[in-house]
Amino acid sequence: MSVPLTAPPIPVGSVILEVTDYWLPESLLPVMYLVAGILFVLSIGGLSSQESATRGNFFGMAGMALAVVATMLAPEVASYGVMAGAIALGAIIGAALAARVAMTSMPQLVAALHSFVGLAAVLVGLSTYLDPGHPLEGAEAIIHGVEILLDVSIGAVTFTGSVVAWAKLDGRLSGKPLLLPGRHFLNLFLVAAIVGLAVPFLQADPGEGGLWLLAIAGVASVLGVHLVASIGGADMPVVVSLLNSYSGWTAAAAGFMLGNDLLIITGALVGSSGAILSSIMCKAMNRSIWNVVFGGFGSDGSAPAASADQPQGEWVEIPLGNLVDRILDAREVVIVPGYGMAVGQAQRAVDSFTRDLQARGIRVRFAIHPVAGRLPGHMNVLLAEAGVPYDIVLEMDEINGDLPETDVVLVIGANDIVNPSAQTDPASPIAGMPVLEVWKSELTVVFKRGRGVGYAGVVNPLFFLDKTRMFFGDARDSMEKINAELKSRS
Amino acid sequence: MKIGIPKEGRAGERRVAASPESAKAFIEMGFEVCVAQNAGSLASFPDTSFEAVGATIVPQAQAWTCDVVLQVNPPSEVEIAQMREGGTLISLLRPAQNAHLLKALMAKKATALALDQIPRITRAQKMDVLSSMGNIAGYRAVIEASQHYGGFFGGQMTAAGKCAPAKVLVIGAGVAGLSALGAARGLGATVYAFDVRASAKEQVESLGGRFLTVEIEESGETAGGYAKTMSKEFIDAEMALFREHAPTTDVVITTALIPGRAAPKLWLADMLKRMKPGSVVVDLAAEQGGNCEGTVAGEVVQVDGVNIVGYTDLVSRLPTIASRFFAKNVQNLISELGGAEGWHIDHEDEAVRGALAVEAGELRFPPPKIERPPPPLIAPTSEVRAPEPEAKQSGVARWVGSAVFVSVFALIGVFAPMEFVQHFSVFVLSCFVGWQLIWNVNHALHTPLMSVTNAISGIILVGGILQAGRGLEAGASVMAALPVVLGAVAILLASINVVGGFLVTHRMLAMFRRGKA
Repeated sequence: MSVPLTAPPIPVGSVILEVTDYWLPESLLPVMYLVAGILFVLSIGGLSSQESATRGNFFGMAGMALAVVATMLAPEVASYGVMAGAIALGAIIGAALAARVAMTSMPQLVAALHSFVGLAAVLVGLSTYLDPGHPLEGAEAIIHGVEILLDVSIGAVTFTGSVVAWAKLDGRLSGKPLLLPGRHFLNLFLVAAIVGLAVPFLQADPGEGGLWLLAIAGVASVLGVHLVASIGGADMPVVVSLLNSYSGWTAAAAGFMLGNDLLIITGALVGSSGAILSSIMCKAMNRSIWNVVFGGFGSDGSAPAASADQPQGEWVEIPLGNLVDRILDAREVVIVPGYGMAVGQAQRAVDSFTRDLQARGIRVRFAIHPVAGRLPGHMNVLLAEAGVPYDIVLEMDEINGDLPETDVVLVIGANDIVNPSAQTDPASPIAGMPVLEVWKSELTVVFKRGRGVGYAGVVNPLFFLDKTRMFFGDARDSMEKINAELKSRS
Repeated sequence: MKIGIPKEGRAGERRVAASPESAKAFIEMGFEVCVAQNAGSLASFPDTSFEAVGATIVPQAQAWTCDVVLQVNPPSEVEIAQMREGGTLISLLRPAQNAHLLKALMAKKATALALDQIPRITRAQKMDVLSSMGNIAGYRAVIEASQHYGGFFGGQMTAAGKCAPAKVLVIGAGVAGLSALGAARGLGATVYAFDVRASAKEQVESLGGRFLTVEIEESGETAGGYAKTMSKEFIDAEMALFREHAPTTDVVITTALIPGRAAPKLWLADMLKRMKPGSVVVDLAAEQGGNCEGTVAGEVVQVDGVNIVGYTDLVSRLPTIASRFFAKNVQNLISELGGAEGWHIDHEDEAVRGALAVEAGELRFPPPKIERPPPPLIAPTSEVRAPEPEAKQSGVARWVGSAVFVSVFALIGVFAPMEFVQHFSVFVLSCFVGWQLIWNVNHALHTPLMSVTNAISGIILVGGILQAGRGLEAGASVMAALPVVLGAVAILLASINVVGGFLVTHRMLAMFRRGKA
């Protein structure tokens, strides 16, 4: 911006500045906000294709920079030292995080970043309550109170929920859902408690209800922890995108609270984005959002999936040499990556495997289930990182019809998304979920770390089928062994 | 129900419409299977092999009287006359060309499924006999070519001299063309393939062929993935390309067919003149008039020293595998029809409806057109469109919903201050914009979407700035300082989010690239 700042840089700490006459035209700020809002819209719009996505991201950065500069020029902002320091420090931490995170840890990072937004919203809410800027009365005061309330409670749920999601994704907490007895009543009770605490808060004199507000934040925090703790690890992609949505709504609530249109626009964009993503993923799992959030997966009083009539059978392992023979004989190979590939960091080995086969004239394609991994699009990101061209990476619906004509399917660290009981066993917890029909191919080889069940806790009868072979070991080790064997044959 | 498999009536036909495996599957589906004497003997399926799986061997006439009759070729009117009233025929039928057969079938109150009319959709691939037969024809074309070619296909360097690999040009990279490509490559030849459909390039290259094309922008692909007639400029350019290659090409295999039309003439007399003596042209379109000028259907002729193979029975020259594949396709269709117990001609089933030519004496051909988008040339990750409305809400729920909606807006309109209403309008409109935007986001980019929206939601930074920017008075009390401090911490957290989110999105997006292959 070419507009010079009048205020000289001021040392952090003690600053006195009387806002007297404001020299900028009154409408400049809203116009700058409008431009920033447009840039954000373009930023998300850019993601409609890979080609325009990078440009979209730059639009987002530009929008954010403009928003920050514009806000600094606002008449009520008089002191810059503290904020400059805070922004600089935050930028350094953020850049370090972004530069160092492994692509396989993206889900954790995103969850952690959500928690920051949530906490920031809570703090802004508290701060606004303590210092609303100008006195409020009557209906205005009540509406303002409600806005603060929404901001703080959604913010607190986002904050603690994201922290729990981060801990689960990072393996610091077990992925198993925490199923307290009467947990639905507990949720109801917590919501009722927030509403109950809201009454004295709204009735308190301005500035006197701080403790009530803190109490509300506390109850909302407990709600956030409990909501996410009771969701199983397999549903984490949905949870992360739900939290993404919440972080948007909390920003929108802050916008109402501060009377700031940019916050409202942006919050609404992000909020609806997260909501749609969640709904896309729920559809992919054939479950409703209520079922994901409150279902606790495979529980609800009914007997858990582990029962006497579980499919039993023998694991049949395939020796390395035979596996490579079958791969070299194949014309069509389909690779189904799952979370195991991410955990094993096998994507680069998978990429060189792909290139080797392509060089031999074998057609290799990837089949991506919409909920593979721990984030929507997680597998695409990993494969892109490894350099796999995206036009051989297909979605479930595109490739399911071709699987019967496929010679070899390699399932790399995926389980529930290739479980035939989703189609055959109405009692299965994943019944009705669309799955990749890998068992229709000539040979399915499952790469698996150990002999445990998938995240959903369901035994997979695929492993016992006649045309299925197991290849045990860490995904990357396994792929590297195969690559070495392939090299020795060329 | 009885399934009958008569011996094929067409002269020279060695195939049969069922194999012992498919007969076994029919019996498991609950059918009785009657195979005519010696029906499969030319395909190396002796009567005993059918008996071994539980089928009955019957005289030819009796096979025609079964409830469901399976044939490879379109039957003759005489054969149709042997069918029972109300029987079902499953065979190749070419209903567009064979109106007289349809009439005969209608007179018998018969039901007829034309295997050649099964639509080319992914789901119907398992029943697509044209593809499975095309595959065989392409392979056999190469075998016939090598039979009439006086040299090696692969190159050799020996003490007695060296020879370059044969150069094979495949025109039309459909199923047959690709199969020919693969077979010729397998023998060691250098293979070029030409096709008007740009989408064929990847397939040709995947089989190790070199794709030839002309420099005119025109897609030769129809909605069903078949080729269409091209413009004059295109054809001129194509002919020039063929003339250029003719002198160096040893074997030409033409497979160009446009559904329902005479085969286009692609290899002209002057190209034959340019070819070396002893070269071979195999014309897979001989039955439809031939792609090569000089082709005589059913025969091998020499024109200007070039052998032109015009066999119309290439598939039948591999009778065992052809019968087995054909039988498997038919078996899949019969299983689609519900087997003996659930036998049902389902008009909603696109594959079955496409094949249905006559139903209980009523003409059902041609099937209603189903509009579908052309198949994408490069398989993109399919985007998600606006969702279908969820299961219809009950009437009551909808009324209640609308009532709540109206009353919320009414309350806001009556009681809320002007400022709030303005913010509220911005909010509602933004939600709609967001809703529209997100549905267009590419599926593969959902993770970047999440991290970029995450960065954007760091806009709460603005709130922090507004709170912290008020400044502190020197010696202010703790309570007075608190809002500024809280704001500052919020700024810190939000800027981690903003910077981290944008940078990590950038890192991720930089990785997405399109393969050069």
